[in-house]
Amino acid sequence: MNELSAAAADTLRVFQQAPGWEQRARLLMQWGDRLEPLTEDERSEPNLVAGCDSKLWLVAERRCDGCHFRGTSEARLLRGLLAVLLVRVNGLPADALQQLDVADWFGQLGLARQLSPSRANGMNAVLRRMRELAPAE
Amino acid sequence: MSLVSPWRADFPALAILEAQGQTYLDSAATSQKPQALIDALTGYYTCGTANVHRAQHQPAERATRAFENARLKVARWLNASCPTEIVFTRGATEALNLLAYGLEHLIEADDEIVISALEHHANLLPWQQLARRRSARLVVLPLDPRGIIDMDAAANLIGPRTRVLAVSQLSNVLGAWQPLAELLPLVRAQGAFSVVDGAQGVVHGRHDMQALDCDFYVLSSHKLYGPEGVGALYGRGESLLKLRHWQFGGEMVRVANYQDANFHAAPLGFEAGTPAIGGVIGLGATLDYLTGLDAAKVADHERALHAQLLAGLTTRNGVRLLGDPQLALASFTVDGVHHTDLAHLLTEQGIAIRSGTHCAQPLLKTLGVDGAIRVSLGLYNDEMDLQRFFGALDQALEILR
Repeated sequence: MNELSAAAADTLRVFQQAPGWEQRARLLMQWGDRLEPLTEDERSEPNLVAGCDSKLWLVAERRCDGCHFRGTSEARLLRGLLAVLLVRVNGLPADALQQLDVADWFGQLGLARQLSPSRANGMNAVLRRMRELAPAE
Repeated sequence: MSLVSPWRADFPALAILEAQGQTYLDSAATSQKPQALIDALTGYYTCGTANVHRAQHQPAERATRAFENARLKVARWLNASCPTEIVFTRGATEALNLLAYGLEHLIEADDEIVISALEHHANLLPWQQLARRRSARLVVLPLDPRGIIDMDAAANLIGPRTRVLAVSQLSNVLGAWQPLAELLPLVRAQGAFSVVDGAQGVVHGRHDMQALDCDFYVLSSHKLYGPEGVGALYGRGESLLKLRHWQFGGEMVRVANYQDANFHAAPLGFEAGTPAIGGVIGLGATLDYLTGLDAAKVADHERALHAQLLAGLTTRNGVRLLGDPQLALASFTVDGVHHTDLAHLLTEQGIAIRSGTHCAQPLLKTLGVDGAIRVSLGLYNDEMDLQRFFGALDQALEILR
């Protein structure tokens, strides 16, 4: 398992202190509000991630420090879920992204249910797309 | 006095879900099952299974008798003229596909197949694809603002090229009865076939095929408190004779040679392969259970509960109902709140509802919404369920707004 970035460690600490679903929901909305914005052009059909029950756009950027993604969604809680995923993923080397145990990450945040198979919110689809978009080493 | 369902205890899952903190308000997707069904399935599998309509040994005879007895019960439930008017399928979807293939040979280029704007994908796609195979036209009847098929438009759109009308009896999104009594005569006057998708309608009240006077009526067992994997197609005797066989295999054939074969008439000719024997027997037991209930009391309970659901929704700020729901369910959106956010927070609070497009994407596009929340009721729901739902709704909206 990779070392957590400072931002990821901070996210983990805050979520683990949340006593219940209500606080976690409020935190998700806060985290979602802090997403880097996408331009109108970036919110395009090709950037849509299929498999989410509300629209979610994801773009990948090549940076020297590894994978970097930006994204957003129409739904606030989905933006929050995306934000806590991006916090964990951004800056990882491509091979670490391929191996990242995302279920474990959401589990540590108290959000395990968001990855369950019957959930159509699409975090699994987002992860699949990230792995496709990740630059090859 | 609080509205209590006297039938709740007949459904063991309700107490278990409640103990797990779950409030089940998704019966339009699938229903919970009565103990009578569970007992019938256990009894059948415990006492020895056998295939039907094949072997002559005693277990086979017993299974066949129970299977055919279930056919009789479905026929009685619908007041069909004869049990041979009931074909068992794997579900309502399969029954509709059966019809779309069975009637294909009667559809020519530029013929018209008529559906309505509110159809579930199961009663849209088989006809859409049939129309494409035959270069026929799919005509879509528009709705009025209440979510009911617009009869003036229907009178203009149903014409001499109409070969089939396939419409829902009760919308799974809008919760409104459709005007079949006015629609079906228009179709009959053109000599066309009428297909009624009763997947939702059959769950609420008894429907008499003699009074309804359609050619075909389709139902799903699992929405009617029965097991999954079973549906039924009612076909008026002479209408069934018009269908071509569509699935081929065991026991639907009368004489098979290497190069040709001939087939049984309905129902057996349309039940290729081993059917869901246990499920069919279970559906029979479910119908026995339902037959034993006081139908007027059930209808009153459902009506009162639905009225409370609507009253609670309409008093909440920003809630917009889809259409004008009459019974069973209500779909809604909330101004400024994305339906998936609301669904997320209702789920967190143990409220089992549906969110999304409810297998009716074209309808939701027509209504101009991306998705909606649907609350749907079964005869086992009671006022406590609605109170839990409204408590959770208020809390969710407080967080989201």
